[in-house]
Amino acid sequence: MTPTYYLLLSALLFTIGAVGVLVRRNAIVVFMCIELMLNAVNLTLVTFARINGSLSGQVMAFFVMVVAAAEVVVGLAIIMSIFRTRRSASVDDSNLLKY
Amino acid sequence: MHELLLAAGGPGPVSTGEAIAFWILGPVALAGGLGMIFSRNAVHSALWLVLTMLSLGILYMVQQAPFLGFVQIIVYTGAVMMLFLFVLMLVGRDSSDSVVEVLRGQRLWAAVLGVGMAGLVVGAVSRALTDVQTANLNGPNANGGIGNVANVGKLVFTDYLFPFELTSALLITAAVGAMILGYLDRHSKGTKHTQRELVEMRFRGEYARPGSLPGPGVFATANSVATPALLPDGSVSGESLSRLIDTTASEELSGDVTSVAGSGVAPDAHALVPGADRSETEENR
Repeated sequence: MTPTYYLLLSALLFTIGAVGVLVRRNAIVVFMCIELMLNAVNLTLVTFARINGSLSGQVMAFFVMVVAAAEVVVGLAIIMSIFRTRRSASVDDSNLLKY
Repeated sequence: MHELLLAAGGPGPVSTGEAIAFWILGPVALAGGLGMIFSRNAVHSALWLVLTMLSLGILYMVQQAPFLGFVQIIVYTGAVMMLFLFVLMLVGRDSSDSVVEVLRGQRLWAAVLGVGMAGLVVGAVSRALTDVQTANLNGPNANGGIGNVANVGKLVFTDYLFPFELTSALLITAAVGAMILGYLDRHSKGTKHTQRELVEMRFRGEYARPGSLPGPGVFATANSVATPALLPDGSVSGESLSRLIDTTASEELSGDVTSVAGSGVAPDAHALVPGADRSETEENR
């Protein structure tokens, strides 16, 4: 076993997250799939930091976590305000730009 | 098992314990991701994602990143996922996904795309990184000497100081944005009109009629809500009756109709005149 296996695991997790974004209809679940993709990328960064023997990858993963936390706060607030006006958290119902 | 794992992956700088941890936690993380996709209930999805994030955090610790591992557990599974659960309980708990496909064949094509993407990335990474020399984080500038946390802190406050300052601006912006998006002002102008604004809007024509609807006619002869009000010219005002009356069978309202029209038994106009009825009452005695 080599650290490459971690990269394969994170590739699979990223794919699962991408498929989830395409398939799921609940906006909050779509958001969770995005979080899963961010986590997969973090695993890649940590693994590359270990392979390269440098801590820069870990610092980058740390920044990704900070950005993800900010993104979660704003995104959930947007979902809440959409739910307040449309009474629905489904991405199918938000079609005001459709016509 | 160790020999088997090493033989499968080739010689590497991975200890037995790490291999065991990986082969337990990796499938658990994958199962969490798949469970998140496939569970209909959004709360179950969130809990599956918590499982994935926990195992990823332990994998970080295994990979010589204990600081990130703990931050992962505290921030992601502790704060972010609990925030998700809060919002789920507020918003989307009942709105489970519909089975109806809005786009035809969307799930099939998403699955094809997922399998293809997984195959491509896994194949490319496993081909490209077969003989990678892993320089573990043991040097003095990495984990060695003062340890992982102190080294990460040193990097953040020296090489990455400007991005770190930028994240503070980002966090402030996110907090203010969330406050603006989430704040519900019930007392300010615009959300609730004052009486004067309502009157002006009514006479500007933004409502169907400037005044309220006329009430039903209440006469000396009938006080039923089925009695229509009479307009000054003597015609019947249809607006004064409830929609319910229109749907009622006409036989039930015939009594009111006759009393309003005056064709039925009218009350005695002389009932209160003294002496008119006295003889009758005395006879009864």
